[in-house]
Amino acid sequence: MSDLEHLMRVLPMVGAEPAILDDTGIAHVVAQGHHILSRRTVPGLRVELEETPGALIGQIVVEAGVTIVQPIHLCFGLTHPTGVQQIAIDVHVQEGAQARVLSHCLFPVAQAAQHRMQAMMTLGSGASLTYTEGHYHGLHGGMQVLPHATIKIGKGARYFSDFSLLSGSVGNLDIDYLVEVEEEGLAELSAKIFAHKTDRITLKESVILRGERSRSLIKTRVVLEGDASAEITGITEAHAKGARGHVDCMEIVQGRAHASAIPIVKVFHPEAKVTHEAAIGSVDKKELETLMARGLNPEQAVELIVSGILR
Amino acid sequence: MPIPLLDIQRLTVEVDRHSILDRLDLAVQAGEIHALLGANGSGKTTLAYVLMGCEGYVPSAGRVRLDGTDLLPLKMHERARLGLTLAWQEPARFEGVTVREYLSLGKPGCDPEPALKRVGLDPDRYLTRRMDKALSGGERHRIELASVLSMKPKLAILDEPAAGIDMLSIGHIIDIIRALKEAGGSVLLITHQEDVALIADRASQLCAGRIVFSGSPREAVDHFRGQTCVRCDGEVCGYVRP
Repeated sequence: MSDLEHLMRVLPMVGAEPAILDDTGIAHVVAQGHHILSRRTVPGLRVELEETPGALIGQIVVEAGVTIVQPIHLCFGLTHPTGVQQIAIDVHVQEGAQARVLSHCLFPVAQAAQHRMQAMMTLGSGASLTYTEGHYHGLHGGMQVLPHATIKIGKGARYFSDFSLLSGSVGNLDIDYLVEVEEEGLAELSAKIFAHKTDRITLKESVILRGERSRSLIKTRVVLEGDASAEITGITEAHAKGARGHVDCMEIVQGRAHASAIPIVKVFHPEAKVTHEAAIGSVDKKELETLMARGLNPEQAVELIVSGILR
Repeated sequence: MPIPLLDIQRLTVEVDRHSILDRLDLAVQAGEIHALLGANGSGKTTLAYVLMGCEGYVPSAGRVRLDGTDLLPLKMHERARLGLTLAWQEPARFEGVTVREYLSLGKPGCDPEPALKRVGLDPDRYLTRRMDKALSGGERHRIELASVLSMKPKLAILDEPAAGIDMLSIGHIIDIIRALKEAGGSVLLITHQEDVALIADRASQLCAGRIVFSGSPREAVDHFRGQTCVRCDGEVCGYVRP
């Protein structure tokens, strides 16, 4: 089986179908390690990636005023139990452009492997980017994943990100995102993770609301079981008049797992406002009992509550 | 007198040596709507939780039978599967769970639309909505009752089903309580609202953990409104003759 076939076989684990590669209207990049296995672009989209021994380096540009109708699929992964994949990529969504990116990170047989992503994203004035990132790290728990990104959101631009890792093992996950939002810009960051066994999660998301009437939401949902652990830090700073931010973190802890949530909010302008809510604990007793009063046993009730939280 | 569907005998619950339910006796007949009245703190919600088997509500004495089966040794979901359910005074929120899923709990393939229509909510607008903060308190109350109706229980305990419901929608709540009876079920109806209590077949007044009056709903409401409590003389429940 070729590396491409291998990656495409596990693509459904993150909710995508291999048929995307055959669709001439859908842009994509598929890379195994530091080798590009397949790529296609569409009008208004430039994909400039270079294979080097130590990393995959390059940029993706959505040209000014262009709307990329179909999602752009980025499929990165390793098809071997060991190895390193390092990606340094810049994503530029120019003024008035709109795009959706579906990033699929696949490490189906990883036992002692590492994936590093260093990204810089810029959104020009009035641009919009939805970045949905689905991960599958296999069942061995031997994956170390370090996605780090700096995102700069221009005037009136809108950025939505959704990170999910819901099946298989997490391994060791260290996310670090820094988002800066200019005047009337919007940033919504969502992360959903289901961790098991000895998985370790460090998630740090920082939003700096620099511009007037800029807005942000950091929403995190983490469910931990077994001996898994998580440290979730959500930071929002508001520096300008009318800036509004909210941090919403919920962690469900089961078994011997443990979790911490650190919401940090800072306000530097009297007409700015940042709020936060964090809840860590077992499954909500009232939700559990309500479902049991409808006839679900405790295991069925917990499963439904957890699956709802991670949607 | 037929054997009651719900037969409670000398039920006693204590918390920190404080008696919440005190040798309480109560019977609810099959097909009966039985209203339970009582002042705040009289033990109505505690009784509901004990009957349902909620965590932390374990009686120290007494017996409860539902359709002849001893209820107290059973776990909560086992009681539900026996035909007992509870609609909470403050219904839970469920992040991510849709109204359709909630109304179909344990009944895959069932059609939740009739129950939703019965509580006056448009299925086209509500079935795909999530049971989270976006729903108002009144909407959650009505969905909670729709969930109970679609379960077709032998006995539904409704704890303040009309709390937080706008006056135009009270009729839907009364309608669904009657629908539970029409479906062959019984209802233990905990309420403070006179117009809701008066739809019952019988009513009892609870004071300081014990039933102090049983009779017709009109009699029970009048007793509750106008008389000094025969049990505590107003010392506990605060009810004194005007």
